[in-house]
Amino acid sequence: MYFYRHLCNICFIFSASFFFVHIATLAQNNQSNSFSYGDEIIIGSSAEASNLIPMLSSDSASHEVSGFIFNGLVKYDKDLTLIGDLAQSWEISEDGLVITFHLKKGIKWQDGTAFTADDVLFGYETIINEKTLSAYKEDYFQVKKAEVLDKYTFKVTYEKPFAPALASWGSLVVLPKHILEKEDINKTEFSRKPVGTGPFKFKEWVPGQKVILEANDNYFEGRPYLDGVVIRIIPDPTTMFLELKTQGLDWIGLSPLQYKKQTQSEFFKKNYRKFKYPSFSYTYLGFNLKHPWFSDKKIRQAIAHALDKEELVKGVLLGMGNISTGPYVPNTWPYNPNVRKYEYNPQKAKELLRDAGWQDIDKDGILEKNGKKFEFTILTNMGNTTRIKTATIIQYRLREVGIKVDIRSLEWSAFINWFIDKKRFEAVILGWSIGLDPDQYDIWHSTKIKEKELNFVSFKNQEVDELLEKGRRTFDIEKRKQAYYRIQEILAEELPYIFLYVPDNLPIVSARFEGIAPTPIGIGYNIEKWYVPKNLQKYRIQE
Amino acid sequence: MLNYLSKKSLELLITFFGITLVSFFLINLAPGKPTDAVSDLNPRMTPEIRAIYEKQWGLDKPVHIRYFIWLKNFSKFDFGRSFSSDSRPAWDKIKERLPITILINSISMFFIFLIAVPIGIHSAVKPNSLSDKLTTVGVFVGFAMPVFWLALILQLILGVWLNILPVSGIRSLNYENLSWINKIFDSMRHLFLPIFITVFGSLVGISRYMRSTMQEALSQEYIVTARAKGLPESKVVYKHALRNAILPIITITGLSVPGLISGSVIFETIFAIPGVGQLLYQAAMARDIHVIMAEVVIVSILTLFGNLLADIGYALADPRIRVK
Repeated sequence: MYFYRHLCNICFIFSASFFFVHIATLAQNNQSNSFSYGDEIIIGSSAEASNLIPMLSSDSASHEVSGFIFNGLVKYDKDLTLIGDLAQSWEISEDGLVITFHLKKGIKWQDGTAFTADDVLFGYETIINEKTLSAYKEDYFQVKKAEVLDKYTFKVTYEKPFAPALASWGSLVVLPKHILEKEDINKTEFSRKPVGTGPFKFKEWVPGQKVILEANDNYFEGRPYLDGVVIRIIPDPTTMFLELKTQGLDWIGLSPLQYKKQTQSEFFKKNYRKFKYPSFSYTYLGFNLKHPWFSDKKIRQAIAHALDKEELVKGVLLGMGNISTGPYVPNTWPYNPNVRKYEYNPQKAKELLRDAGWQDIDKDGILEKNGKKFEFTILTNMGNTTRIKTATIIQYRLREVGIKVDIRSLEWSAFINWFIDKKRFEAVILGWSIGLDPDQYDIWHSTKIKEKELNFVSFKNQEVDELLEKGRRTFDIEKRKQAYYRIQEILAEELPYIFLYVPDNLPIVSARFEGIAPTPIGIGYNIEKWYVPKNLQKYRIQE
Repeated sequence: MLNYLSKKSLELLITFFGITLVSFFLINLAPGKPTDAVSDLNPRMTPEIRAIYEKQWGLDKPVHIRYFIWLKNFSKFDFGRSFSSDSRPAWDKIKERLPITILINSISMFFIFLIAVPIGIHSAVKPNSLSDKLTTVGVFVGFAMPVFWLALILQLILGVWLNILPVSGIRSLNYENLSWINKIFDSMRHLFLPIFITVFGSLVGISRYMRSTMQEALSQEYIVTARAKGLPESKVVYKHALRNAILPIITITGLSVPGLISGSVIFETIFAIPGVGQLLYQAAMARDIHVIMAEVVIVSILTLFGNLLADIGYALADPRIRVK
């Protein structure tokens, strides 16, 4: 669950490979023996990584790079279930308080040292250390005790059962003890030349220009077919697209316009393959529920009926997305398809508004109640054209039912500190990135409404509070599913947000790469299985 | 002269501390904290973790105390560490970006003078001629054209359609394997567009300035004298008039010294050049105080130094200033 600011402007290459989700996978592909080793892939990234120690960075650019280098004990599989990565297996005790991991044997760090349970304990102790500046500490503060039982067995005990706990044992907390033991984690050189266990190892970082990785010959899942990965930093999306046209890049994320209109030529059909799948994020119109008008559910429902979500998807995303009905991505296990939907029906919207006492008495086209006109402001962040377009279409549709909307876009920090944190807004258009675990306690729980907390719309619902608590306290996926299904029903009825749309990720990859298999979590998860037939290989690593 | 210099230097020192003080407080007046980039709307960020961050960075202290801490560290030439998650020393981050920025800016400035000065002279010598009008229109077109638009169009034509220049970056991917002569050639190809666009957009200032000072010089009585004693026109223009007219231009050169290290966000972003401009922009957006202050210090020192040079130049040229 991360706030994302520049929806279409940024190249979201691996936005689905969320943090601890590792690029690697067990998926073996042995139907053919035409695999050939060699070649490199050049990836375009709009931002430069900042810190390659996963627990210290919170920017996606850093996690993209460190994802190639590090593994976790567990990782998400293609169907969003957790499977072992460095761990062979694990047991969860009956009461859900103890998790015991059994690690795979014979795995080596890229410098040749053996990987053991001590490295996991070291990672855990580092992240909970007061001095370590990590934004991910909270999950590990829940741990009561962490122990190394033997070289390949690691046991954690929790105070209370905590469902997101299992996923937290991903790549955030596996660090090479033998290298970092005597270093200050916040200042170490390791953050710019890391050593991991992953399919690719770090080779060079040219500041502001590129990061170069090369294949790890001793990778425990087998050496990747590609010799290397180069991440080139190109901040401007248009320049990135021009680079693609000159074939200086092999993989970038497209904007809807580029996907639909600018990549239809013969050149692109011949040289590239495009992919399309829902991103793990959604855009919403959120109301300040403390505001006297929007505290009335009828009003929120009327507005929902006045908006045409299909139109937003078509107009803003050029059809490259899906309408959203709740805070989960369609076709993932927590997603409930059968919640109340609000069809586009301006007549019904008007009726609902009239029931709530809003009428156009002076015939100027704007509704009034007690002498006040129905006029409010939608805030959004500056520079995000997708959101501003969305606001403009909403403005037009609400005008049709007699509501006047003003749009104001604000610089990010001012927006958050002066308006969101202080709850000085009527409505906002923003988006959330969704984590792969369905726990959304921080966004919907009624205790999370203080300044700087995330339930800034001040949503309060007793049943949702209980369900959120229930959902994070059991490991039973069926029980969790029930809880999150019910939460979505309540949210669809109460409408603290009007969930608008889920944009698609639109990656484009050079056609010379084979072995790409799109799944709900994207295409990057099995990059070590991508290969280029010998006759098509383009780059060669030179020593 | 010595007296004048020491007085001047003291003034500059006070001004310098004034600049750091005002900048430091202004940055802190802006909404948001340096740690916001990590903590804002981040569900994992509990108040306790936020407090850990603020304590580690010393943000829990009041702003005037933080200014004195900054000043103390600065006196040891320590600019502090960047607040971004790399936590690198602010000076290191700037240092690695300075060479490319200085290179592009000095080459650009060289060409700006090389082209703009003759244009200005020519326009002044033959005012309202066809060539004067053409060059005037030309330099104004360059000035009026949005940098990002021109850059994209040239990238498209020269980079994509004709495929004769690289679209972005400062080096090819195989740069390390090139011979030294090809390395230079490779760098030239990459730098051509950014420099061309900077130069084209900046000709107007110097050329118009040159034109007006030259016109003024040409209308002086000593020019009439020179012509009257039968000197050839070229000598009148290039020896007598130009020498006087170019003095103010040299002053401008002094004042553009700080411009050498401040990069342009726009063309650095479009051409993917890892220069100072991008860094400063990101630092400003992220309220990365230490990086901003380091940049403020460098720019203000260079500005003040440039001013001092200009003052000394005037003092040397004009005795009246020295007396004051």
